[in-house]
Amino acid sequence: MEGSQYPKGDFRAPLPIIGPGHSFRSITNKLTSVVLTKNTPKAWFAVMAIGFVLLNGLMIAITYLLFKGIGIWGTNIPVGWAFPIINFVWWIGIGHAGTLISAILLLFKQDWRTSINRFAEAMTLFAVVCAAIFPVIHTGRPWLAAYWLFPYPNAMTIWPNFRSPLIWDVFAVSTYGSVSALFWFIGLIPDMATFRDTAEHPLLKKMYGVLSLGWRGSARHWERYEHAYLLLAGLSTPLVLSVHTVVSFDFAVGIVPGWHATIFPPYFVAGAIYDGFAMVLTLAIPLRAMYGLRDFITDRHIENMAKVMLATGLVVVYGYSCEAFFGWYSGNEFERFMLKNRMYFGPMAWSYWVLILCNFLVPQIMWSKRLRRKTWAVFTAAMFVNVGMWLERFVIIVTSLHRDFLPSSWEMYYPTKWDFITLFGTVGLFLTLMFLFVRVLPLISIFEMRTLVTDKPAAAPQVEGH
Amino acid sequence: MADQPTAPLYGLVAEFDSAPELLDAAREVTRAGYRKTDAFSPFPIHGLADALDFHDRRLSLIVLLGGICGLLFGYSLEYYTQVISFPENIGGRPYHAWVAFIPPAFETTILFGAFTAGITMLVLNGLPSPYHPVFNAPRFRFASQDKFFLAIEAADPKFNEAETRAFLTGLHAREVVAVEE
Repeated sequence: MEGSQYPKGDFRAPLPIIGPGHSFRSITNKLTSVVLTKNTPKAWFAVMAIGFVLLNGLMIAITYLLFKGIGIWGTNIPVGWAFPIINFVWWIGIGHAGTLISAILLLFKQDWRTSINRFAEAMTLFAVVCAAIFPVIHTGRPWLAAYWLFPYPNAMTIWPNFRSPLIWDVFAVSTYGSVSALFWFIGLIPDMATFRDTAEHPLLKKMYGVLSLGWRGSARHWERYEHAYLLLAGLSTPLVLSVHTVVSFDFAVGIVPGWHATIFPPYFVAGAIYDGFAMVLTLAIPLRAMYGLRDFITDRHIENMAKVMLATGLVVVYGYSCEAFFGWYSGNEFERFMLKNRMYFGPMAWSYWVLILCNFLVPQIMWSKRLRRKTWAVFTAAMFVNVGMWLERFVIIVTSLHRDFLPSSWEMYYPTKWDFITLFGTVGLFLTLMFLFVRVLPLISIFEMRTLVTDKPAAAPQVEGH
Repeated sequence: MADQPTAPLYGLVAEFDSAPELLDAAREVTRAGYRKTDAFSPFPIHGLADALDFHDRRLSLIVLLGGICGLLFGYSLEYYTQVISFPENIGGRPYHAWVAFIPPAFETTILFGAFTAGITMLVLNGLPSPYHPVFNAPRFRFASQDKFFLAIEAADPKFNEAETRAFLTGLHAREVVAVEE
């Protein structure tokens, strides 16, 4: 911000990352008041109600599934991997932005990450929870999944096959979930101490006190804390890149045309970050309006995220062109057929073009600086990307499988209502967890926000209530 | 009154209004020869640990060892299960398929390294610690909000309640209080 090359008031000059006039006290008061209040915004109840209803749909869908078996889904042979894997990859991808923001942007010293990292990490965690449901219920008999998934000495003396990408996936996703939870919890400790010290109710004081682990802000503690945080960021960075790489191996290692492409790992990672940023925007824009957090999540944040979305989106589009080029250049009859079937004459060719609309055409509006500063435009683009990235996995998985090498094994794929109830049910689970988190834990890292107050704090500004 | 402690004295706690004041005071206290000191702030302040002459870089090494243990664990798990315990011929691939063993071994490396970092940080910091005498300072709850504190323990060989109090007051402390054990 300082030493800007633009004259004061020029629209090209970067916006501040924190509203003017904030002091340590005003930041603390504003961010603790989001949780330690009796005036929960009405919008919170509205979203929570929608999420909870959808979550109950998920409960019913899973119960019915366990009762009847996976025949209630549209999944068939040859499309043996349908909605569950599409949803799994979609959710895991969404999680990636949280780790990117909290770890990679930390290593690059991007201080604007500070006000969005906490809820983005929470988003990661809840997205992994939603994702993990699918492979488990897709086994049909999840109570047996323990020995299919994890290598533990069992009575049958058998082990999972480590030469298969599917078991790599188990290791990648479970490590990712555990490390994300740890990173998130470590980041919360100092803020739990703030809550312990500002909460009025003795029970709340006790609960936040337990979570704060007796944190007292000692200089020695901070030294080791920052050291550990940096190491965790350094470890999470290769981890997050490896997770979607391994997810892409689930496909790329197979010989199915449309899956067997070396571009998959980087293309999947870019797609994950693309979709993840879209989801962060989808959450950040309503949350900052709901809680009046414009001073902390400024238009600068929205604009930067829109830029990241645009850049990763172009990498994804490069992936689409590579896929198409590989298919054509291979000269392989099956590869070329797959492309024509996917884009031109196949029964699901429409999905490819909707995908191009959502992931390629619409997000190009983000080139305009004026539109990047229009919340509604960014939100609309982000919603298109959320849908587009789901469709991308639909296209990759379903159009590749439904017409493979032998026309005699071709089969059309139609999802059932249970497929949709389960998909929207996990959206409900995600919303419920996310909004519970916002209600009981600080959605913006308070102690890190304090470090952004560089000037000597002036008189605390009037903090607006909501 | 906190100034007339009945329990054994833990030390003196001085309160400051800003991070630069705390940093200057910490430097002065260390220069004056106090060693059993600690500073408390609502956010990390660069150079504060240095000002207290505190250096601990053990964490990096411990995390490296944790990561190496994770790597060895992951790889030997794969080797044991696929080569020794139950070798299975799947698609003619070698039992000891080291290339295929890389991704899980990589993940266990990260898993062990990350948990070593988190747990070691807490253990070295002595957390969780439900009680600490410094919490007895009447305004210490602001240490997690917007105030800055500096403590000199009574156990410090140079500690003398009257002298130390005068010294801390001279460092522009807003308030100096005696804190019980």
